[in-house]
Amino acid sequence: MDRKRCTLKLLVQPSRGLVDEMFIILVQKAPSGFQLTVHALHKCEDGHSWEAFGHYTADTIGTVNVSEDPSLGGTYSGVEQMGLLWSLRPVPGSKPGLRLRKMNVQIPMEVTISVYQGHQTEGFMDQVPLASVVVERWYMAPGVSRIPITEDRLSATLFLPPGPGPFPGLLDLWGGGGQLVEYRASLLASHGIASLALDYLTPKITMETRKMVDLQYFEKAYKILEQHPQVHGSSIGMLGLSLGTSITLKMAAYSEVMKLRCAVCISGSHVQPVDGSMEDILKHFNKNADRTRVSEENEFIWRDLLLPVPSDLAFKVDMGRLKCPLLVVVGEDDQNWPASESAMDMKEMMEQAGNSHLLTVLSYPNAGHLIEPPYTPHARASLFRSMATREKMMALWGGETAAHSLAQEDAWRKLLVFLRENLYSGTNPGTPSLSHL
Amino acid sequence: MIVTLRLSTMSPPTSPILSVQPTRGLVDEKLKVVVESLPPGSPVTLHSLHHSEDEDYWEAFGHYVSDFRGMVSVSEDLSFGGTYTGKEDMGLLWSMRPVPGSRKGLRLRKMNVCSPMLHNISVYSGHVSEGFREQTPLTSVLVERWYMAPGVKRIDIMEKGVRGTLFIPPGPGPFPGLLDMWGGGGGLIEYRSALLASHGYVSLAMDYFNSQELESADLEFKYFETAFNIIKEHPQVIPDRVGMFGLSLGSLVTMHVAAESTIVKPRCCICVSGSHFYPRDRTIKEVIMEPRSNSHRLRIDENNHHVWRDMWIHLLDDPSKKVDVGKINCPILLVNGKDDQNVPADECAEDIALLMNAAGNGHLLSRVLYPDTGHLIEPPYSPHFRASNFKAAGVATKTVMLLWGGQTKPHSDAQEDAWRKILSFLQHNLYSSTPPRAKL
Repeated sequence: MDRKRCTLKLLVQPSRGLVDEMFIILVQKAPSGFQLTVHALHKCEDGHSWEAFGHYTADTIGTVNVSEDPSLGGTYSGVEQMGLLWSLRPVPGSKPGLRLRKMNVQIPMEVTISVYQGHQTEGFMDQVPLASVVVERWYMAPGVSRIPITEDRLSATLFLPPGPGPFPGLLDLWGGGGQLVEYRASLLASHGIASLALDYLTPKITMETRKMVDLQYFEKAYKILEQHPQVHGSSIGMLGLSLGTSITLKMAAYSEVMKLRCAVCISGSHVQPVDGSMEDILKHFNKNADRTRVSEENEFIWRDLLLPVPSDLAFKVDMGRLKCPLLVVVGEDDQNWPASESAMDMKEMMEQAGNSHLLTVLSYPNAGHLIEPPYTPHARASLFRSMATREKMMALWGGETAAHSLAQEDAWRKLLVFLRENLYSGTNPGTPSLSHL
Repeated sequence: MIVTLRLSTMSPPTSPILSVQPTRGLVDEKLKVVVESLPPGSPVTLHSLHHSEDEDYWEAFGHYVSDFRGMVSVSEDLSFGGTYTGKEDMGLLWSMRPVPGSRKGLRLRKMNVCSPMLHNISVYSGHVSEGFREQTPLTSVLVERWYMAPGVKRIDIMEKGVRGTLFIPPGPGPFPGLLDMWGGGGGLIEYRSALLASHGYVSLAMDYFNSQELESADLEFKYFETAFNIIKEHPQVIPDRVGMFGLSLGSLVTMHVAAESTIVKPRCCICVSGSHFYPRDRTIKEVIMEPRSNSHRLRIDENNHHVWRDMWIHLLDDPSKKVDVGKINCPILLVNGKDDQNVPADECAEDIALLMNAAGNGHLLSRVLYPDTGHLIEPPYSPHFRASNFKAAGVATKTVMLLWGGQTKPHSDAQEDAWRKILSFLQHNLYSSTPPRAKL
């Protein structure tokens, strides 16, 4: 095709969206039956390049609509409206074990969407595309305020939705990798929930004193939310992923201070020494370090360290004590934590205790450990700095990309509905509009 | 039967949920505004507030009633009062006006296109018409409206004496190009060019007033030709797909260059709210000064607004005072408002048609004329002002309140319709691979 006279048009709508919004990619005015590749390129904050691509054939009027037409090959296949995001992977030649995570949520992810001639699989950077556009993907809606929190020796960031409030609140905890990870909290604030991202493994106080935080640390974070003038103090929930689940369940079941309206536990377990401190909890995992397995690709599998689920009540959270609705999300191919087995045990415990009506379990076949906001590229394994050894090791998270991505999409939608129903009044008919997601 | 009472301090908040899509959009994209979880059948006011770069506040609002589900959808429901009524999905933007107590004669124009316009969209309880700032809304969201799509590059141009800003769409190109010219207020107005680049056109916004060297009509003419060639010669521009886009005085320049230039051959021209009164061999400055020599024809209305439209009418009879439109040999689209109080756009368009038909190039002309529409036909959803402060650029005149004309609702409809027609005209003439035709 003569590029000088190329009239092919590429349109992506919206060009600026939240990361959990869908986009429509339309190629128009290509020659009828034209074979083309739609390609996505993203350069992350660490400087690595990620790409995804799908092979399409234009119809008789020269149109390709990614939300309706099947990809015939590439990093995803079939009709996949968002395949160009969730199937992003490091470009050939990148170092192994990368994971895509946005640390600065105040600026968007920029993705360049391009159209190349023919069905191509490599060498995109050496060619000039037929057309390309830039798309911004934001973790923060306009008007969301980002407020660093350092009082009470906390390392946290509060995200407030725009508007007068008051808003429901949420404590947002990540897992064993530590750091202050803000993107999920900022996204939840973009959905109207005042969210506090909390660093509890590597906060300033731990870095300075070399001591892990105590349980009062979490209660202080809760109080910050509860007492905030723009937060509805009796409408606070908690969300934890991986190790964050351990803390969430502990607080939900035992804290006298926290009056949680609801809790969400993703890819975690209730197995932990009851009455244990942070150190005790971490030590408990390492007790069975010899049960670590290694895959053929030299990836560490840690799911067995907490198995079998104990029958000794000293080593699992007393689920019968829960008084608030609980959403448990697990990937059945989680190679890092025995999330599925734990979920089954939690259900049994709650059935026996008579509070299982509070429990909802979402179990996703072929999904792994890192169940992230939708369209986050799936990392089946990545480099992980173990809290125990302080070394960087290749952890196997699990999951098969397409199934895992579907799980992320579905889980997020259900998570938002769960939070809305439990944190806002349940008396109004009709579910909130999430139709643009 | 047990009735449980929930104390308001214990129950979760029942604030309504406001969703606006998209929260970050281009200025010509439509908004979808939906409110949910209201009490059924409750009166609410939807309000939009904007704090301009000039530090003024602009607002718009509509009065709605929620349905049995407690929902209001601005694109489907009717507004029963406020700054707009009826089914108006974009009323919260186009009907904006300065808040009570503001300075007079304001005009809303974004000068920094690298940042978005911010609008606070809020829901108030009841049908409120004033005192919004003293009340707390039920809920609100912030919406960004951009003139620049992601990836559009903005480049300052200071080349061969031409001063302007070039906007380049993302992608390899090559792209068609546009020379974008504003009116007699002068300055470097970038927003339309940024928006055109967001639609795939390399666009040069020109500042054609501040150059001190343009003392003769000849030098001035060369300036426009040079500017055109800067676009044409750009590596990312398709050289034979460069058009011209003008508003008001810019339209005049567009027609003049299209007719008289032997060097520059625009592929197509768009002339919004322009006249074709161009005294031969006079500079633009002299053209602007024309009103002063015709001050006896200047009318000042009952509001002390200057009405310029009648000052030019006498020129219709004098061919030496008009652009020789018979020499234009590219498709040209005229967009005018019937209530243009600044320029007799209606009469000019008629005359241009007559002249072009007589010259045998009438097939190149397309005209759209909008009823109750004024002079400032801007990108869609821009607020309308019937009059505003105006100071002619580059000449020592005082600021006056110029009457532009138009009634808000029809003028806003015209802006929306005209933009669609303009984009389709550009698409057809600059992108299509078939030879361009004049008719839309």
